[in-house]
Amino acid sequence: MTISLIFMSALMLVVAWWIIKQTVNTQPWEAKAGHPEIGRFSGRSLPQPNSKLGLFVFLAVVTSLFSLFISAYMMRMELGDWRPLSDPGLLWWNSAALVLSSIALQWALIATKKNQIETVRNGMVLGGFFAIAFMAGQLIAWQQLIASGYIAQSNPANAFFYLITGLHALHLLGGLVVWSMTTIKLLAGVELERLRLSVELCAFYWHFLLVIWVILFSLLLST
Amino acid sequence: MSNVAHDAHDYVPPVEIPEMELYHPKTWLGKYIFCQDAKVIAIQYSIVAIGIGLVALVMSLLMRVQLGWPGTFDFIDPAGYIQLVTMHGMIMVVYLLTALFLGGFGNYLIPLMVGARDMVFPFVNMLSFWIYFIAVLVLVASLFVPGGASGAGWTLYPPQAILPGTPGSGTGIILMLVSLSLFIVGFTMGGLNYVVTVLQARTRGMTLMRMPLTVWGIFMATVLALLAFPALLVACIMMLLDATIGTSFFMPAVVSMGQQLDYEGGSPILFQHLFWFFGHPEVYIVALPAFGIVSDLLSVHARKNIFGYRMMVWAIVIIAALSFVVWAHHMYVSGMNPYFGFFFATTTLIIAVPTAIKVYNWVLTLWRGNIRLNVPMLFAIGFIFTFVNGGLTGLFLGNVTIDLPLSDTMFVVAHFHMVMAVSPILVVFGAIYHWYPKITGRMLDDTLGKFHFWTTFLGTYAIYYPMHYLGFLGVPRRYYSIEGTSFIPESAADLNVAISIAAIFVGAVQLVFLYNLFVSYFRGKEAGPNPWEATTLEWQTADTPPKHGNFGEKLPLVYRWAYDYSVPGAEQDFIPQNVPPSVGAQTVDDEDEEDYEQHS
Repeated sequence: MTISLIFMSALMLVVAWWIIKQTVNTQPWEAKAGHPEIGRFSGRSLPQPNSKLGLFVFLAVVTSLFSLFISAYMMRMELGDWRPLSDPGLLWWNSAALVLSSIALQWALIATKKNQIETVRNGMVLGGFFAIAFMAGQLIAWQQLIASGYIAQSNPANAFFYLITGLHALHLLGGLVVWSMTTIKLLAGVELERLRLSVELCAFYWHFLLVIWVILFSLLLST
Repeated sequence: MSNVAHDAHDYVPPVEIPEMELYHPKTWLGKYIFCQDAKVIAIQYSIVAIGIGLVALVMSLLMRVQLGWPGTFDFIDPAGYIQLVTMHGMIMVVYLLTALFLGGFGNYLIPLMVGARDMVFPFVNMLSFWIYFIAVLVLVASLFVPGGASGAGWTLYPPQAILPGTPGSGTGIILMLVSLSLFIVGFTMGGLNYVVTVLQARTRGMTLMRMPLTVWGIFMATVLALLAFPALLVACIMMLLDATIGTSFFMPAVVSMGQQLDYEGGSPILFQHLFWFFGHPEVYIVALPAFGIVSDLLSVHARKNIFGYRMMVWAIVIIAALSFVVWAHHMYVSGMNPYFGFFFATTTLIIAVPTAIKVYNWVLTLWRGNIRLNVPMLFAIGFIFTFVNGGLTGLFLGNVTIDLPLSDTMFVVAHFHMVMAVSPILVVFGAIYHWYPKITGRMLDDTLGKFHFWTTFLGTYAIYYPMHYLGFLGVPRRYYSIEGTSFIPESAADLNVAISIAAIFVGAVQLVFLYNLFVSYFRGKEAGPNPWEATTLEWQTADTPPKHGNFGEKLPLVYRWAYDYSVPGAEQDFIPQNVPPSVGAQTVDDEDEEDYEQHS
């Protein structure tokens, strides 16, 4: 549980530090009006749009989820019956697909800032294509493993492999739902101005899932 | 909104950020069933939570009937008894208290108290309720499947939770795990809303440090819940796989009923870690909103500002942070390294510091206040007593050496019921008496309310005080019957009868409360917009009950904190948050004037 503990402590420290920083020099009991504070203070704590902050909070929850899985993995690993499985080489190709997917979405994101709608479309479609390729690759890797006898019941290492990769794929699937809604609108010719934020959030979510995948993959490789 | 003339000192620059667009439902279904208005969602949450809570209340009475008069009632057998224990605990902690405080009070009070028109993601908020509703249905369904509901105890410890021989080890436990997972998904959706609304949708002038403590309590509890519930989700998913496809995450090699099962090598302790990594923050998920609400009730009804507001906020934040590093104090008997035990005992006792600060501040808020002993105030004071009582036994149990002999006895049951069952529920009652006039426009009956308070308050003491003693005698928890146990004296049975009578009495008294809720809705005294003369924004709305959009045409502007009661020199003994300083007693001081001139 050390990993979760460190993660939680770090997160709670950030939250506590931010809140105390916001509050330490205030005199809440003083009523103020002519003071510039009320004009400056718009009711927002952060300049980001609400949906972006919503995504950040959601990603904190997802990070908590994966760090707990990793903690559980490390604790279970130390028990006697753990027989590590040989990771299929296909995973390297899948990882490459996910990296390309992330790059494509980043490309789309940069293009939104330059108002190049064609490039945005290409980037988004390409990003989605590589993400689907990643998922298909993961599925094939599962089948290869099952075919060579690594079934979930026979060893916790196998079970954890399916569980962690499956959960990661599930999150990517959720991302693909949002991606497809945005891409359909893009292809249907909705103006870029209204989709800029969606593209940005998609790209951010993809990068996040890529980081999670890199951590999970290195965990799988090293054990 | 108060129509007050604004003088030069009250100059307000124009709005920089446009208001959110409100969703306007077009169909009947959209308006009343799949509604996206946080206030309606709050009431939906509350009704479902209280409904399922009443089921759990009846379950506890059935348990008490069995313990008081063992062998008299044929319809309760040992399997049924442990199923009642399990369902009672799980429903009360998760499906009643968590859902009611965050889904119910959170949805109703956050937008109104911070001056927002609605939650920031109303659609997701609506989904949150319906997923919660499905979770409750799945849980209820588990009562009716073959084998019945799970009888694993609310902690659901493996291996017994999914081994044959435990009641409900087939479908029952699976439905329980599915229901919990659904609850977590639904809660996450709501939780995103509460956090982002508090951070981003406050009205102008509502700085973080002007928010009422109720909002602070609910906000930090939501942050906790968002980070802690994933631990339960991880545990649920892994146990589901153990139970359904036969993996061995938690299941060690077991010989069950003479047969060697297929499991091998799993770690039940791993489940305990995951469960309590969620389970301990859960205590504060329930307690922090209660802390916040009770602070506001005390301040309003004592006509005094809350003592040490900033300290109260920081105490909430510190308690929240510390609650992540104490979980293993639930596992002292799991055979842990003594140094771990020492570490967790220390962190546990450290939590007593910020908690004690809060208690002192509540008492100091009452000190020389102009106390109005109405029903919400009675419940708030009742909370202080009960919480201190329950908290003190927590100091006993937090120490490893004292916990070991008391573990799994009735002492533990008495402790956690005092501190996280009775205390929060007293706050729930107080809060309902306090906000019912805003929600319905009518007052709850005062006489019935006082009767409800005194019987509930004294009744719960009659239930749980003797239970501490039973724990000292060594009476174990979760046991169907203790007859013929040599080390337990006969008199324990008499005490059990007395406890059961008190429990049935307290259970019956709640009918008076329900009657009050129901009848006052139609015949209660008209409340008017601000019956308690409170300062917070929900009492300053244009309509009572507030309509969709909360505040009528213009959002309120906030000039002061929520605790301007009995301000020297003011006309009334309260100044609402949206009254400018030139109208209230406190005038702008010199430094501020300079500031203003530079600004204009």
